[in-house]
Amino acid sequence: MATATLEIWRGDATGGEFKEYTTELTEGMVVLDAIHQVQAEQAHDLAVRWNCKAGKCGSCSAEVNGQPKLMCMTRMGDLPTDRPITVEPMKAFPLVKDLVTDVSWNDEVKKRIKPFKPRPPDFEDGSWEMHQSDIDRVQEFRKCIECYLCQDVCHVLREHHMHDEFIGPRFLVYNAALEMHPLDTEDRREDLRKSQGIGLCNITKCCTTVCPEGITITDNAIIPLKERVVDQAYDPVRKLIQLVTGR
Amino acid sequence: MASGTTTSLPVRGSFGQTMRADNWWVQPVLVALGLGVAVLYLNVAAFLGEYYAFGNYLSPLYSPEIFGDTPHALFGPKPSIWPEWLPWSPAFLILWAPAGFRLTCYYYRGAYYKAFLADPPNCSVGEPRQSYLGVWWKPTTWNEQSFPLIMQNLHRYFLYLALLFIALLSYDAWHALWFIDPATGEETLGLGVGTLVLTLNVILLGGYTLGCHSLRHLVGGGLDVLFDKPVRRTAHACVGCLNKRHMLFAWMSLYWVCFTDLYVRMLSMGIWTDWRIF
Ligand code: SF4
Ligand code: SF4
Ligand code: FES
Ligand code: FES
Repeated sequence: MATATLEIWRGDATGGEFKEYTTELTEGMVVLDAIHQVQAEQAHDLAVRWNCKAGKCGSCSAEVNGQPKLMCMTRMGDLPTDRPITVEPMKAFPLVKDLVTDVSWNDEVKKRIKPFKPRPPDFEDGSWEMHQSDIDRVQEFRKCIECYLCQDVCHVLREHHMHDEFIGPRFLVYNAALEMHPLDTEDRREDLRKSQGIGLCNITKCCTTVCPEGITITDNAIIPLKERVVDQAYDPVRKLIQLVTGR
Repeated sequence: MASGTTTSLPVRGSFGQTMRADNWWVQPVLVALGLGVAVLYLNVAAFLGEYYAFGNYLSPLYSPEIFGDTPHALFGPKPSIWPEWLPWSPAFLILWAPAGFRLTCYYYRGAYYKAFLADPPNCSVGEPRQSYLGVWWKPTTWNEQSFPLIMQNLHRYFLYLALLFIALLSYDAWHALWFIDPATGEETLGLGVGTLVLTLNVILLGGYTLGCHSLRHLVGGGLDVLFDKPVRRTAHACVGCLNKRHMLFAWMSLYWVCFTDLYVRMLSMGIWTDWRIF
């Protein structure tokens, strides 16, 4: 029987260490299966969060061999088995226990973002006219499953711990989904610049690399938002035109 | 961190600390080398100040030649007011524009922040510095919302200049089709390897410039509704298509511009010969 060795982080906020577990490999197994197997057979108190096992709920985020991943979508067969596979909790959030982190900061951030504010309905029955070509762009952002892997990998949060100043790539995507919506009339640019720290993103694209939904976070959400912020705050000629024309 | 959280964040990693098992350092080292070599070549080529034109070919590093000693010069030789003590090269008058364009390009920014400032060295790899506060007198803590990096937001102005350069370099490529017949002194249509080199140069620079994020925003990305603006919608789609390959064009055009200069330089120094196709 083929086996794999896993080095799983065990501990809580006060400290911890990697513990080694060897477990049987079966066809088509994903990392989450291996973790569950270890939990069932060797470590009943191993804490792990999961829900759908289908890459859709965004609960099983962790770091596998140092890379932020959904455990349920990472096949054991794709990992080198000649050395132990490390599985750790995310690094940008406080650790609760073992592989479980407290991601509630994200919920607080989301509440700070100005909600969708549609223009008055176009028709008497209260409906609007929208065109697919205009909605395509925001549909990409709606694929987000809130796994927070992008938040985890972003160095502004992970390395610099600027959670008070920076909302992170997930919420820049959320902002983009609202801000670029053809019906939305709200202006979020001032917030993005002042309290949400869009200028702290240095477009190093790690968020895009890890997104399991394949959202082109940096190129399609963050940079277009940065350009909109330039329109509003950093473009002297545009400012002048606005002053003269009043628009 | 939001108040009310009782647990604290994990301890930061030290420089280079990671659980990544791959060779994560290869990419930033390659980028640093790639940029370093190109910047070195461009500087040397700009400072030389000679051997930049050969017949109807003009090196893109020297185009437009505002003042200079070749027939390509727009306003004659070096102006007499240029101070004696200051090194002179016709390239100095123009090269700041494309240099500023590349320096503030979104792709290059991300690339050199990683390769030169190690901020971060690579994804999920520990950084040398914890601070990211943006104090201008401490170049190790810069971010893009305080001086000097806040100036990156002026990228679109460099874009306007870069678009002008595309027009000028297209003219050079056109000009590279017209050779002076040494016997009659007349201009005749021809095609040399140099013509192809100069033409490919504009194509690659065009691919890079027209895939710019700021251009994508300006042609249509800044609007939420485009269905009723077919021209802008198409322009937005076209720029978006090039934008997907922006990194590729950034590297190809950077190295091809260096090679184009080298090609003209070698011809002008008499080391290489230009093959005429017709
Ligand atoms: S591109 Fe910006 S948001 Fe994404 S990981 Fe890098 S710094 Fe963070
Ligand atoms: S943007 Fe991608 S990586 Fe970030 S939370 Fe959403 S799905 Fe996860
Ligand atoms: S368990 Fe739902 S995404 Fe992995
Ligand atoms: S973003 Fe690269 S040239 Fe503008």
